[in-house]
Amino acid sequence: MTKILTRAGLVTLAVVVGVYLVLPVLIVVPMSFSDSSFLSFPPGETSLRWFRNILDDPVWLDSALASLNVALLSSVCAVVLGVLAALALVRGSLPFRNTIMAVLLAPLIVPYVIVGLAAYIAFLELGLTQTTLGFVLVHTCLAVPYVVINVVAGLVSVDRRLEMAAMSLGAGPVTTFFKVTLPLILPSVLAGGLFAFFISWDEVVTAIFLSGPELTTLPVQMWSGIRVQIDPTVAALSTLVLVVIFGSFTVLGLTRLVRQVARRRTARPATNTGA
Amino acid sequence: MTSATADSSAGRVRGRPRPLRPPGWTRFDGWGVLVLPLLVFLVLVFVVPLVFMLSRSLTDPSVGLQNYRDVFANAVYPRVLGNTFLIAAIVTVVTLALAYPYAYLMTLVGPGWRMVMMGLVLVPFWTSILVRSFALVLFLRDTGAFNSTLQSLDLVDQPVPLIRTLTGVVFGMVQVALPFAVLPIYATMQGIDRRLLQAAESLGDRPAGAFWRIFVPLSAPGVAAAVLLTFVQALGYYITPALLGGPKNTMIGELIVQQVSTVLRFGFAAALATLLLLTTLLLLVVAGRFVDLQKHLMRQP
Repeated sequence: MTKILTRAGLVTLAVVVGVYLVLPVLIVVPMSFSDSSFLSFPPGETSLRWFRNILDDPVWLDSALASLNVALLSSVCAVVLGVLAALALVRGSLPFRNTIMAVLLAPLIVPYVIVGLAAYIAFLELGLTQTTLGFVLVHTCLAVPYVVINVVAGLVSVDRRLEMAAMSLGAGPVTTFFKVTLPLILPSVLAGGLFAFFISWDEVVTAIFLSGPELTTLPVQMWSGIRVQIDPTVAALSTLVLVVIFGSFTVLGLTRLVRQVARRRTARPATNTGA
Repeated sequence: MTSATADSSAGRVRGRPRPLRPPGWTRFDGWGVLVLPLLVFLVLVFVVPLVFMLSRSLTDPSVGLQNYRDVFANAVYPRVLGNTFLIAAIVTVVTLALAYPYAYLMTLVGPGWRMVMMGLVLVPFWTSILVRSFALVLFLRDTGAFNSTLQSLDLVDQPVPLIRTLTGVVFGMVQVALPFAVLPIYATMQGIDRRLLQAAESLGDRPAGAFWRIFVPLSAPGVAAAVLLTFVQALGYYITPALLGGPKNTMIGELIVQQVSTVLRFGFAAALATLLLLTTLLLLVVAGRFVDLQKHLMRQP
C-alpha cells in the first residue's frame, strides 16, 4: 500500500516537473499566434500578424542576419579548434593534463556576465566591440567546450585498428584522418558544430556587452524589445527561434538514427568474421 | 555483462580520472601538440581578458584597493551579495528537491517513458534562456496565465503579485537550472546496481530502509555535482533575475551590468566581477576535492 502511494506521489511530482520544464514553450507558442495586440491568455483569435510584423521591420531581419553570420563563423572556428583538441586529449600525451583540461572546460563554468565584462574591457582597447570578429572570438570560446566534449565521446568509440590498417597500407596521418577517422566521428563533429551554432545564435549576456548601434545580434534586439514593451512580436520571434532549433535537432537525431541502422547492417558481417 | 560495465563505471566514479601514462614528466607528442591552437586561443581570448579585468579593478580610477573597499563601504552592495548567495541557495535546494525524485522515477520506468522524461528535460535545454524567462514573465504577471486561471476559478480576488518578487525569481531560476541538475543525478543513479537493494531487502531491510541506506548514499556523487553546478551557475545568472526579479532581490550579475552600462564605473564593475569569479573558483576548488567535476562536465549533453 505504501509502495503504491509512494509511486503515485512520485508520478504526480514528475508530471508537475514535466509540465514546469516545457511551460515556456507551452506559453510562448500559442501567444505568438494571437490576434490581440497585447499578450493575453488564453490567446483568443489566431492570426499570423506578428509573424508578418517581423518581416516588415528591417531591424529584426538585420539583427537575424548578423546573428546568423556570427553563429556560422563561430561554429566553424569552434569545430576546427575543438576537433584538434579532442584528438590531442584522446590520442596524445599531454603534460599538465589537468591544468589544460581546466582551461578547456572553464568557459562552461565562468558566468557569462564575467566573460562579457572581461571581453568588453579588453575589446574596447582593441576596437573589437560591435564587430563580427569580436563576437566570433567570444562565442567561439563559449562554444568550443561543447565541441570538445562531443568529439571526445565520438573518438573514444572509434576502433583504432581501422586507422592502423590505413597507415599500414601507406596512408599518412593526415590522409588517415580525413579518409578514416573523420567519417567515423562525423556525427559527433556535426552535433558539436550544431551545439556551437546554437550557443552563439542564442547567446545574450556577452552579446549585450559587445552590441551597439554598429552591430547587434537577434537575442540582444529581442532583449531590448522585451525590456521596452512586451509585444507579441517577441513571442512570434521566440516561436521562430524554437522552430529552427528543434527542427535542426530533429534532423540531426534522424540522421543519427539512419546512420545507426545502416551501421548495424554493415557491422554484422564484420563481427561474424571477427568471431 | 551489465555488472561488468557497472563495475568499470563505478571504478571510474571514484577519484580523479587516472592519467593514461605513468605519473612523472610527460611531453607533448605528435597528437598532444594538436591541443595547442585551442589552448593558445583560450588563453588569449578568455584568460588574458579576465586578467585585464582583474587589473582594471585595481587601477581604475586610481591604483589601489579603492573599488573593493567601495563594495563593502555602502550598505547596498553587501546586501546584493547576500541576496545573490541567498537566492542561489534557495534555487539549489528547490531544484534538488524536484530533480532528485524526477531522476529517480526515470530509473524506475520503462525505456519508452524514460525517453519521454529525458525529452522533457532536454526541451528547456535547447530553448533559449531569454525565451524561457520571457515566457515565465508572461505566465507569472498580474494578467498572466497563472493569475487569470486563479481568478477565473474564483480562488483569489486580486492577482497574486509574483513578478518582481523572490518567488518569481526562484520560479524562473529553478526552471532554468532543473535540466543541469537532473542530468548528473540521473547519470549517477543509472550506474547503481539495483541488486544491492534486493540484497538488503532479502536480508530483512524494509524497502524504504534499503532506499535510504543504500540508494541515497550511492547517488551522492551525482547529487554533489548537481548541487555544485546549480549553485555556481545560479550565482552568475543575469537574464532571469533581471526579468523576473525586483529591486529588492537584485543579484550581482545585474549589478555588474548596471555599473557598466548606466554609471560607467568600469573599475567597480570589474571588482564585483572579480569577487564573483574568485568565489566561483574557490567553491569549485574546495568542492572539487570531493566531486569529480571534470567527469560531470565532460558528460554534458
